[in-house]
Amino acid sequence: MPILNKEEAHALLKKVLAYSKAEECEVTLNGSEGGNIRYALNAVSTAGDISTIGLAVTSVFGKKAGTTTIDEFDDAALERVVRRSEELAQLAPANPEYMPMLGPHDFPDSITYNANTAGMTPDSRAELVAKSLSVTKEAKLTAAGFLENSTSFNAMMNSKGLFAYNKGNDVTFSVTTRNEAGTASGYAAKGFTDVKKLDTFTATKVAAGKCQSSSGAKAIEPGKYTVILEPVAATYMLENMFRFDARSAEEGRSFLSKKGGGTRLGEQLLDSKVNIYSDPFNPELPSSTWSGDGLPREKTMWIDKGVVKNLSYSRYWADKKGVKPMPGPGNIIMDGGDASIEDLIKSTERGILVSRLWYIRMVDPQSLLLTGLTRDGTFYIENGKIKFPVKNFRFNESPVIMLNNLEALGKQERSISVESYRSYLIPPMKIRDFTFSSLSDAV
Amino acid sequence: MGAGAMMLPGMNALGKTIDPLQALEGVDVKIKKELADVALNTAKSNGASYADVRIGRYLNQFVVTRENKVLNVANTESYGIGIRVIANGCWGFAATNDVTKEGMAKTALKAVAVAKANAKIGGAPVQLAPQKGYGEVNWKTPLTKNAFEVPIKEKVDLLLNANGVAMAGGANFVNSIMFAVNEQKYFASTDGSYIDQDVHRLYPSFTVTKIDPTAGSFETRRSLSSPVGMGYEYLDPLESEKVLGVTTRYKKRYDMIEDMKFATKQAGEKLKAKSVEPGKYDLVLDPSHLWLTIHESVGHPTELDRVLGYEANFAGTSFLTLDKWKSGKFNFGSKAVNIVGDKTQVGSLGAVGYDDEGVKCKKWDIIKDGVLVNYQAIRDQAHIIGLNESQGCCYSQSWQDVQFQRMPNVSLQPGKTPLSVDEMIKNVEKGVYIIGDGSFSIDQQRYNFQFGGQLFYEIKEGKIAGMLNDVAYQANTQEFWNSCTQVCDERDYRLGGAFNDGKGQPAQSSAVSHGASTALFKGVNVINTKRKIG
Repeated sequence: MPILNKEEAHALLKKVLAYSKAEECEVTLNGSEGGNIRYALNAVSTAGDISTIGLAVTSVFGKKAGTTTIDEFDDAALERVVRRSEELAQLAPANPEYMPMLGPHDFPDSITYNANTAGMTPDSRAELVAKSLSVTKEAKLTAAGFLENSTSFNAMMNSKGLFAYNKGNDVTFSVTTRNEAGTASGYAAKGFTDVKKLDTFTATKVAAGKCQSSSGAKAIEPGKYTVILEPVAATYMLENMFRFDARSAEEGRSFLSKKGGGTRLGEQLLDSKVNIYSDPFNPELPSSTWSGDGLPREKTMWIDKGVVKNLSYSRYWADKKGVKPMPGPGNIIMDGGDASIEDLIKSTERGILVSRLWYIRMVDPQSLLLTGLTRDGTFYIENGKIKFPVKNFRFNESPVIMLNNLEALGKQERSISVESYRSYLIPPMKIRDFTFSSLSDAV
Repeated sequence: MGAGAMMLPGMNALGKTIDPLQALEGVDVKIKKELADVALNTAKSNGASYADVRIGRYLNQFVVTRENKVLNVANTESYGIGIRVIANGCWGFAATNDVTKEGMAKTALKAVAVAKANAKIGGAPVQLAPQKGYGEVNWKTPLTKNAFEVPIKEKVDLLLNANGVAMAGGANFVNSIMFAVNEQKYFASTDGSYIDQDVHRLYPSFTVTKIDPTAGSFETRRSLSSPVGMGYEYLDPLESEKVLGVTTRYKKRYDMIEDMKFATKQAGEKLKAKSVEPGKYDLVLDPSHLWLTIHESVGHPTELDRVLGYEANFAGTSFLTLDKWKSGKFNFGSKAVNIVGDKTQVGSLGAVGYDDEGVKCKKWDIIKDGVLVNYQAIRDQAHIIGLNESQGCCYSQSWQDVQFQRMPNVSLQPGKTPLSVDEMIKNVEKGVYIIGDGSFSIDQQRYNFQFGGQLFYEIKEGKIAGMLNDVAYQANTQEFWNSCTQVCDERDYRLGGAFNDGKGQPAQSSAVSHGASTALFKGVNVINTKRKIG
């Protein structure tokens, strides 16, 4: 079993540290077990049950550091990995940015573990997929989907006495439904800590509904439109903005850099309806209570009423700038409003409903200009109603510009990024003047 | 099970966990064969009609620097087994890092259990193309300098010297990285193959940044190196492997110091370059740029799993549907466009002796004289396109991930008529010459794409007229490849490549090269990407 409890992890890390002859030594241990089912053409295509555990040792002499990793755990291998990291450290030049390791800290236990998800089996996964397939078989659609669950743990210990441990669970599900002619497609994606909240039948119904409504899409002229981004679309777009790093901003190479020098900290960057923060104890999206560099994670406001409230500082950069170090976001929560997606549509005179975005890439890091496409359900709205499905668009837009053109926010929900598979709490949102630059024939 | 039990398998000598240093020297194939046979026999005796096992040790080395500092020197290694079976007509897979006879047997049972659980869902049974067993064979990346045997100091010195060139040239920031990979892979299957392979890849790269604080703007220029399926000899510069011109580009040897010198100067030039006027331009695309366009618009849409719908939920499907291939006359591109799949090309990222389901690698036509003639397939797909054997395109990023169809090297063949880049540019009235890869995005069926680059030069009446900025081009794949009127000859042929091409769920990374000579595309839509925030 690759999942060690707190006591087992402590004992193993202590044993590895005992081999150390370096001035400072840090050992991290990560393990996960879980499984997945991938299905396509209404049948399972691949499936696996995977368990892994790995150890990383960083040895330090002065400011010279070397790291080695291993996934073997007999005594000889453990001693060898420590020796190899020491050899590597001696070979490495001094790193002027190296910061001495942190001492003990009492991190509160997180709420990331869930016994229901930890108890999933190949059979329970197969049952969840069978429920999804029952929808598409009845609707005479083709499903391709992916279900993955994991239990994972992370632990670290250093020669200054710091010890941290976390165990957590995650289950994600996504499904694409297509009609036989290949002229319509729909999608749904869900992520939870507790598998009991996952309803693959209902999610697949939503995807099937999108597909059935998408047939006969019309081409309309690209240009600037009011758009309603469903949470799964908004999440993928905004994920590219959730880097609130002080250093790159102060170095002049970030969208948070200020003309003439300095950063946008304290400035109104976005519409005043925008609040973005992290909170390790959010029950819908909990995170670990410590970061990879051993700093405690606390509730942190990043954007408060559109104003840049905090930037993350690595320990080195904080020391150089004389401020308190602050880890980057462990999770991201964006406040929403009360409106449903139907309410947002009702209040729209002319616009586009976007179910999903695809293949987003950075075009210009200075303005955060992104390009990508709509996919799996794009609809034209007129006088508060969906009128007809439209062909997909390519967009060129910046999330910073987008969140300055914010008309309204809907009800927040847990959503997953369709590329990174990280979870976020994000509301649907209505944006004016969103830039579509060309049409795509893709379905 | 507690940690102690996990760490102390208590097996006999053959089953004992292997020491890491011993692994660097290569594990005795006799031991691997005995372990593999445990898995294969367990799977078969428990109802598997087919089984394969991969025993893999994956070594990575990173040296990461910025300016005059080494930020990280890291060696990683991962060792374990992945077992894939067919039981009741369905695939099952399980993996573990418990590389003992006991671990083999347990994992094989798990893989069979997964297959049987999934078979209850139903669906057409897996149909594998026949594959003869090769017996005990081996393959190794041809190299003269194993990067893992080159001292760390030599790598650090090269990166810091290159960074020093940038800082002396007025760069504000510079990051450089050396990334070496060694896959020690052992494959065995119930077909009777026992294949031992030692695969090496290397990727040196850098990014130079210059800032104009008054204007609040910054520009970067990334290295024009390529990731390669070679040893450290790639970093021994050789004049005969350089391509001279508006900036120097590199074939099978890379001069990092020289490229850094050019890059630093060019990052400054980009800050002052003219912003492009949007409109239609003829594009002259250097291989350091064109590889990525080939990758996205030819490589991915000709993956047979995408065409069939297996990637529908993530990467998408493909506009190159089977009916277009069956017609035998689908004009993917102009007659100048000849594209091959090739897993044998020396120095390429995709070159191996055998793929990850034990099929010997080969080369074949995908686009012939502009017409779609073939796809990329693996064993359980070959029958769908009338093949009686796989094309050898199966790959897994590690022992813990299931192998599936991945792109071979997909390359544009050089033009047969002698043609240099200068001769090509001479005939362009209004164009943009693009060097290096930049931003990239393409839709889920591979129709509509947008690409940026590293360096853009305006071409006016047959001559380079200066640097441009804020350039990206958008096109439809079929229209774009039909607008290709010329491809330079083999003297200009070079490989570019992706070190981490993502696909699949759970997402897996693979490395793949794409060769080309400089090519001309007529009348492509160019957009301006400049925006202002706040």
